[in-house]
Amino acid sequence: MSRILWRLLGSVPTLFGVVVATFLLTRVLPGDPAVFFASNPSMTAEDIERVRQSLGLDKSLPEQFLIYLNALLHGDLGMSISTGLPVSTELMNRLPASGELTIFAFVLAIAVAIPLGVLAALRPGSVIDHACRLIATLGVSMPTFVTGLLLIYLFYYLLGVAPEPIGRLDPFLVDPPQVTRLITVDALLAGDLETFWAALRQIILPGVTMALFALAPLARMTRASMLGALSSEFVRTARANGLSRSKVVFTYAFRNAMLPLVTTLAMTFSYMLGANVLVERVFAWPGVGAFALDSLISLDYAPLQGFMLLMAGIFILVNLVADLTIAAIDPRAGLK
Amino acid sequence: MMSGTLSLLFRERLRVMRYTLSENPVNMLAFVLFGLLALAALFGPMLAPHDPLATNAQDALQAPSAQYWFGTDQLGRDVFSRVLVATRLDLLIALGAVLISCVVGSVIGAILGYFGGMLDATASRVVDVLMAFPLFVLAMALVAALGNTVMNVIYATAIINLPFYIRLARAEVNVRRNLGYVEAARVGGSGHTRILMVFLLPNILSPVVIQASVNLGWAVLNAAGLSFLGLGVRPPTPEWGIMVAEGARFITSGEWWIALFPGLALMVAVFAFNLLGDALRDILDPRLRT
Repeated sequence: MSRILWRLLGSVPTLFGVVVATFLLTRVLPGDPAVFFASNPSMTAEDIERVRQSLGLDKSLPEQFLIYLNALLHGDLGMSISTGLPVSTELMNRLPASGELTIFAFVLAIAVAIPLGVLAALRPGSVIDHACRLIATLGVSMPTFVTGLLLIYLFYYLLGVAPEPIGRLDPFLVDPPQVTRLITVDALLAGDLETFWAALRQIILPGVTMALFALAPLARMTRASMLGALSSEFVRTARANGLSRSKVVFTYAFRNAMLPLVTTLAMTFSYMLGANVLVERVFAWPGVGAFALDSLISLDYAPLQGFMLLMAGIFILVNLVADLTIAAIDPRAGLK
Repeated sequence: MMSGTLSLLFRERLRVMRYTLSENPVNMLAFVLFGLLALAALFGPMLAPHDPLATNAQDALQAPSAQYWFGTDQLGRDVFSRVLVATRLDLLIALGAVLISCVVGSVIGAILGYFGGMLDATASRVVDVLMAFPLFVLAMALVAALGNTVMNVIYATAIINLPFYIRLARAEVNVRRNLGYVEAARVGGSGHTRILMVFLLPNILSPVVIQASVNLGWAVLNAAGLSFLGLGVRPPTPEWGIMVAEGARFITSGEWWIALFPGLALMVAVFAFNLLGDALRDILDPRLRT
C-alpha cells in the first residue's frame, strides 16, 4: 500500500510539469481573449481593458500562473468563453461520450488483437501469421479519418444499415436515465432495449474505426511477447514434463507474455483518447476531443488547457493502473 | 587495407539485403511502393494530366472516367492530378519533420546518455512531461500557437516526435559509454565532443534509422490529420489531408471519389513507410526481427 502511495507521489512532478506546460502553451496562443470576449462593437478600449483586468491578463506571467494554480487546486478550470459555462462542467458533460467510444473501441480491439497475436505466435510463418502482420500493418496505415469516411460511405450510404453519423443517439429518442452516463450501459440498466440498440448502432462505426487503429500495436506486441515466452526455457520444461497444450500455452506462456502487453495496452489506451479528436470530428461525436478542437479554433484558452490537463491526468492514471496490474501478474516486477 | 575491409563489409551488407528481400516478398513490396512514391514526388507535377488548381464548373463532381481517372471535385478540379501533385508536399512535410526530430533528438539523447547526472535526470523528467500529453492534440495546439503555416506543421510534428529519439539515443549511448572502444578513445586523448560525434553517434545509427523509417509513416499521418482539421496547409493547395476533408462533405451524398483517392494515397504512403521500416530492421539489425 505504501508502495502505491510512493508510486502516486512519483507522478506529482510530471503532473506539475504538465500544468506548467499547458499554462505556457496557452499563453503563447495567438489572439487576445479579452478582445474576443468583448466582441461587441459598442465596447470601447476602456471596456476591453476592464475585461482584461477581470480576466487577470494585465498581471505578470508568474502572477497569472500562481492564480491559475490556486484556482486549479480548488478544482476551478476557468470559464469557457464561447459557451459561457465552467470548463469543468463542459468537460464532465462530454467525457462520458469520449469514454464510451474509447472503451468500446478498446474492448473490441483487445477481443480481436490478442487471439490473433496468440494464434500467429503459435504458428509462426503460417497463413495466420502473415495475415496478422498484414492486418497489423494495414491497420496502423489507415488514417482514422479516412477509415471512418469509408465506413460511413459503405454502411450508411451504400448499404443503409448504419444510422446517420450525427452523434451518440438519434435526436428523436429520449436519453435513458443517467447512471453511468454511458448511454448503452444506462439503457441496459433501465431495461430499454430500443434505446440500447439505437445507441449501439451509433457507436459501432466510430468504435470500429478506432479499434482498427488500436488493433495493430496490440496484435504485434501480443505476437512478439508470445513468441518470446514460447521459446523460453520454462515453456520447454513444461512441455517436456508432459503438461497439456492448453496449460502450457495459457498458464505458462500467456501469463508471462502479458507483462509487456499491459504496458502496450496502457499506451494504446491513452493514445486513443488523444486520437479521438479526428474520429469525433468525422462522426460528429459530442466528446471532449471535438470540444477541444472547437475551443482551439475559437481561441478559447481555458477549455483547451482543461482538456490537456484531463488527458495528461488520465494518462498518468492509466500508467499507474498498468504498473499495478503488472505487479499483480508478476510479483517479481514489484513497484519501482 | 582499410578500404578493402570496408568494401567487403559493404558487399556483405548487400548480400544480406538481397537475401532478406528475396526471402520476404513483403519487403520487396515495400521497396517497390517506396520507389513509386519517390517517382510521384519527384515528377508528379510533370506527369499530372490536368492543372491541379484549374477549376472547371461544367465538369464539377464527375465520377471517375477515362478523362478524369479519379473523377473531379466540387470545383471541377481533376482529383488524379491533385493526388499526384500532393505527393511531394506530403512527403516533404513528413521527411522534414522526421529529419529534424531524428537529428536533434539523437544528439540531445546521446548527450544525456553520455554525461548522465543531474542534467539527465531533469531532461528525462521534461521528456516524461512531453509524453504525458496526447501527442496529436499537442501538435494541434503547437500549430495554433506558432501560426498556421506548413513550416509550423513540420516543427510541431518534429517536436512531438522528439521524445522517442531522445529516449532511444539516451538508452543506446548509455549502454555503450563505458565499452572498450570508448575507453580506448578516451585514453587516446579524444574529448567528449569527439567521442560523441565520432564514436558513439555513428554506432547508434542503425536503431535510429529504423526508428526514423517507422516514424515516417506516423509523421505522414500526423501532418495529414492536422490539415484534415484545417491546420497547416491551406486550400487550394493540393494536399491529401485537405482533400479528404473537402471530400468528407460529399460522402453522405455518394460522391465517394473526392475523399477516397487522397485517402488511399495517404494509406499507401504510410503502408509503404511502415513496411520499409520492417524491411530496414531486417537488413540493419537481424536480431530485432520478430
